[in-house]
Amino acid sequence: MTTTLHDADEVFLGFTRALRAAGVPVTQDRAHGFLAAVATVGADDRQATYWAGRATLCGSPDDLARHDQVFAAWFDPRDGLPRAQQREASRASTAHLLPEAEGTGGAGETEEEDVVRAMASEAEVLQHRDVATLDAAEKRRLAGMFLRLSLHPPVRRTARHRRWHRGELDASRTLRNSLRHLGEPGEIAWRRRGTRPRRVVLLVDVSGSMTPYADALLRLAHRLTRSARASGGTVETFTVGTRLTHVTRAFGTPDADRAIVAAGEVVPDWSGGTRLGETLRVFLDRWGQRGMARGAVVVVFSDGWERGDAGLLGEQMARLQRVAHRVVWVNPHRGKAGYEPLQGGVVAALPHCDDFLAGHSLATFADLTEVIARA
Amino acid sequence: MLHGMDSAADVAARLGATGYLSDDELATVVFLAARMQRPLLLEGEPGTGKTALAEALAQSLEVPLVRLQCYEGIDASQALYDWDFPRQILHLRALEAGGEVDPDEAEKSLYDERFLLARPVLAALRQAPAVLLVDEVDRADDEFEAFLLEVLSTWQVTIPEFGTVTAPEPPLVVLTSNRTRELHDALKRRCLYHWIDHPGLEREVEIVRSRAPEVSDALARQVVEVVQQLRQRDDLLKPPGVAETLDWARALTYLGTADLDLASAAMTLGALLKYREDADRVRAALDRMLSR
Repeated sequence: MTTTLHDADEVFLGFTRALRAAGVPVTQDRAHGFLAAVATVGADDRQATYWAGRATLCGSPDDLARHDQVFAAWFDPRDGLPRAQQREASRASTAHLLPEAEGTGGAGETEEEDVVRAMASEAEVLQHRDVATLDAAEKRRLAGMFLRLSLHPPVRRTARHRRWHRGELDASRTLRNSLRHLGEPGEIAWRRRGTRPRRVVLLVDVSGSMTPYADALLRLAHRLTRSARASGGTVETFTVGTRLTHVTRAFGTPDADRAIVAAGEVVPDWSGGTRLGETLRVFLDRWGQRGMARGAVVVVFSDGWERGDAGLLGEQMARLQRVAHRVVWVNPHRGKAGYEPLQGGVVAALPHCDDFLAGHSLATFADLTEVIARA
Repeated sequence: MLHGMDSAADVAARLGATGYLSDDELATVVFLAARMQRPLLLEGEPGTGKTALAEALAQSLEVPLVRLQCYEGIDASQALYDWDFPRQILHLRALEAGGEVDPDEAEKSLYDERFLLARPVLAALRQAPAVLLVDEVDRADDEFEAFLLEVLSTWQVTIPEFGTVTAPEPPLVVLTSNRTRELHDALKRRCLYHWIDHPGLEREVEIVRSRAPEVSDALARQVVEVVQQLRQRDDLLKPPGVAETLDWARALTYLGTADLDLASAAMTLGALLKYREDADRVRAALDRMLSR
């Protein structure tokens, strides 16, 4: 691993591979960029090599932190690469979230004749079942049913105008028409304000008390992300708990199972405690106030079992409501008989929500998508 | 473009001459961007000098700075070019008044360079060498990013009626982002990445001294000490950036304050903090901070 033993390029390429293993998405062209940069600043300048690595191989503050760790480990090897072990651990802790990823689907086992009819009526029942009470096979069937949710992104008006058959005068287009006839007056064009999809931000609580719902909620988030992307809108997803994690990137794949595994790899706080107020503040400071939540529809999925300071949660929810277009709180317990919104967190947050919805079954998810579409 | 920028130290010296103090890392990255002809993507807290770097670069290289401010819904015609329709019509009328008009000739004369309104990207390509600042690229949409990607990799723009405009020399491109959304990986891969942090105490004092020479040494130090303490607090909605430090130091100087005291600090707090909640919290703590 020392520079004296290897060809210099090999050492640097090895470093990019180590970085990739540590979770930084280093592509071939980035690695080439790194080699070019090292050649430019001179490979013997250790400090400049370090800066070249940061500039060419990283794309976010998280990447920078990983780069620094791997750089230190690669260029002064003292204790091997501890990152590899950590990664294994995080993978193990998320394994339980997958509903038997290796299985071929629950429906395969039965060989009875009327299996199709049975499944049809079961699908009806599954719609209304609490997702926390489902067994693995039922979860698999439900996963397929997410595709049936009908989704429309919410829209907002834009500053830009579109061509329309009535409305206000479109002077520039009228002039252009006239120009086409070499200056003779032509057809008069009209215009009106266009519409664009409004941004949707999902904050999914993955703390211990929400574990039975995490899989279904992430599936829903993935489904919303994919369908929004198809229609030109954006959905951004974060997990909250004790830490805030941006998981939108993991939802890039169309396959929901793989997307959830990918999300599991980046989220460090599965089934941990709930410090909703604090993570919400981090979200607002780092992303929300700067623009991500501005004018967006923000959906918070949580049961409101706040272990931190409920006052802080209320304060942050008020901030969120001032920035966002609409704040929707989804609570899996809301739909159950005898539920009263009495937990400290819920009481503090409710005055600052525009909608308070149930979120424990596919049917309630359908209601939610309806609320989002109308926002 | 590169004359006088033969090493990172040259870059730092040139930037320093314009009053922009860079550290070695930033100078190295700028040097690499110029040498490798790659755009430079700057991220960091608001007010850490991302936009100021582009301005300083243009000034130090003595080339024009072309600025493209991004916003939601910006499209290629606002970034590239447009035709000046009213002038085209006037031109037609003038031709007609002058006598007989050959329609083909007339039409050809309409799409002449003098009726072309160059928007920032085209302007930067034509004025090269230049510095092109694409400010707050995270505010634009995905489609716009894809369009930028094309321009930034080919350094040319095609106008159907006119032809292809190629930059004789690629402009030095600086993109800034406030991270309101994650930029597309394809764009990030094209760029060199740099995260600008808040400066340390000594460097910030130097920055104030160099950017606002009218502020006295003692006041600059006092102001920076307070600002650095404020940035340590985790209860502020918007911790002050370097730009706010400069504003505050200047505001105090305009009021004739030579020594930072509670009354003048409280009066000018609006230059430093932009939220009522923050101002309330700081006002309460100011007494203790100034008495040290």
